[in-house]
Amino acid sequence: MRIARNPALVSLSGTVFVMVVGGIIFPQVFSLNYLRQQLQIASFLGIAATGAMLVILIGGIDLSLPWVLTAAGIISCTLSGRGVLISIGAGLLVGLVAGLANGLGAAILRIPSIIWSLAVNFIFLGICVFITGGFMPQGHPTAIIKTIGIGRTLGVPNIILFWCVLSVYIILTLGQTRFGRFIYAVGQNEKVSFLSGIRTRRIIILIFVMSGICNAITGIMLSGYSNQAFQAMGDPYLIPAIAAVVIGGTSISGGSGTYLGTVIGVIFITYLSSLLSVLQVPEAGRQIFFGVIIIAMTLSYSRKKEER
Amino acid sequence: MPAINAPMRSNWLRYFLRRNYRTIIAFAMLVILFIAYLLVYPGRLSDQFFCAWANQGAGLAFAAVGQTLVVLTSGIDMSIGSVFALTNCIASVFLNGDLYHILIALILILGAGICCGLINGMLISYTRIQPIILTIATGAVYYGIALFIRPVSGGSVSEALSDALTYNIFHIPTSLMLLFGTLILFWVLLKRTKLYIGIYAIGSSEKSAFMSGVKVRQAKVAAYMFSGLFASLGGLFLSLQTLTGDALIGNTYTLNSVAATVIGGTALAGGTGAIFGSVIGSYLLRTLKGLMFFAGIAPMAQPLFEGIVLMCALSIGSIRLLGMKSKIEIFR
Repeated sequence: MRIARNPALVSLSGTVFVMVVGGIIFPQVFSLNYLRQQLQIASFLGIAATGAMLVILIGGIDLSLPWVLTAAGIISCTLSGRGVLISIGAGLLVGLVAGLANGLGAAILRIPSIIWSLAVNFIFLGICVFITGGFMPQGHPTAIIKTIGIGRTLGVPNIILFWCVLSVYIILTLGQTRFGRFIYAVGQNEKVSFLSGIRTRRIIILIFVMSGICNAITGIMLSGYSNQAFQAMGDPYLIPAIAAVVIGGTSISGGSGTYLGTVIGVIFITYLSSLLSVLQVPEAGRQIFFGVIIIAMTLSYSRKKEER
Repeated sequence: MPAINAPMRSNWLRYFLRRNYRTIIAFAMLVILFIAYLLVYPGRLSDQFFCAWANQGAGLAFAAVGQTLVVLTSGIDMSIGSVFALTNCIASVFLNGDLYHILIALILILGAGICCGLINGMLISYTRIQPIILTIATGAVYYGIALFIRPVSGGSVSEALSDALTYNIFHIPTSLMLLFGTLILFWVLLKRTKLYIGIYAIGSSEKSAFMSGVKVRQAKVAAYMFSGLFASLGGLFLSLQTLTGDALIGNTYTLNSVAATVIGGTALAGGTGAIFGSVIGSYLLRTLKGLMFFAGIAPMAQPLFEGIVLMCALSIGSIRLLGMKSKIEIFR
């Protein structure tokens, strides 16, 4: 039973299962090209899920993902004529501001982040609509963004390398630093952490800022990948990001989970949706399948302890 | 909660104010917004005006009431939008024809809502998966079923029934009568049962509730079931307004119902709040939308404005932090 309770192993075996099933029906699933392409798509979800995971670790949730992502993409594309630094900087600034807004609401005003980040999401939706007038934003991403978003180095898409670097950084931060310990501590019990001398409010704000910046990076990179930014480009990322984090074994109530699990969760979701579209399952069937899979996978580990 | 050393004068009013201050603030805001709405409304203030206003909020109000019952148990129902979509699609197929067919369709619609809620409640109390993630998953399933019924928008809904339920009787909008009739009946009946105490008790402390003999599972299943039922009522009402079926219709209702619940004074941590606050919250959100439309705010600036007002409404709840003497009190 121990294996069944290890989230990373469960989602890993799920991923392998999906790949084998896919491979039996379509042998090209095992080709290097397909693998590379899927990992490239997974990288964007992976960067977004990184922010989602950090926030869920401290017991919050960041629902501002879709429009922070979109706003960062739109603004960096709109400003691409003013130079690389301004373009990227403005995009990241969007993430920083969004993170600060989320963090201040959660840490200082003590408003549950599920509703506060939703309001922040509304604000960024409003800003995007206001700036662009609801039309397709003008401008294309700068060359550097395009290189990272869609370019390749020695046959490996750069965005995968970027995700790898980010993963190493997050794994080291969570596992090896005091800050990492504090994150888990705040997620376990904020009151006790505060009484132990951790500046919990600072940690919470910092985590939300990191999440905002992750969302902004996803938006900027995604604009590089598709050579443009467009309205609502972040909408398809929110639920898969949260699902990936939970399937990867991070407790939605905070305080426990590994980043490796999230990585596997992201790959699992990407493969699953790819397989379903290859099989030409209609959207209705895909939604049902998606829901059932999440329930089935969380059934084995992401449950509350019996409180009696 | 009042501190222990607060003088316990039998001051009913003061206790009431302290307990319901968030709901009262929300109600005051609604009144102010409504007056502003009346002032900027360009047309004549006819019965149609009040009907339109009442109809706009009714669907969301039903959704928010269901959400509130779940939030009171310190859960959350993220599948409400999907239940809206599902019931809307069912309505667009069956809700037509003579009285007999309409009755069957109504049973189907409400039955579907109850089933969705029951599935949520059973899975949550027997598998102990966290409500937020479970209802996202079941929501995907319900949305999928709605898409199966209606892959592209279309179909029609009985116009006779729509006319009967979305206009007014004796100058009072039917939707308001329907809404408050259902809610008062529901609340009066609920208050007489152990379930009422159970739902609040679970939200305060599941463990203590269990120790005190509350049937925790039963109460949870009931809360989610009622959430599904009210979502189907909301979906039904929405169908009567749009007169067509569209699987995408429910998208905004899930999170708006959470927003209305919180604005109405129910704590997301569970245990305190009431359904009528959420009705106020729903009408507040909808009145704001109408107000912006008629106040001549550029359409492109409206979402931004809406977000800012939502933020302000949420921040009002943080006033309580000012009164706290110890930093420890802010961690609950």
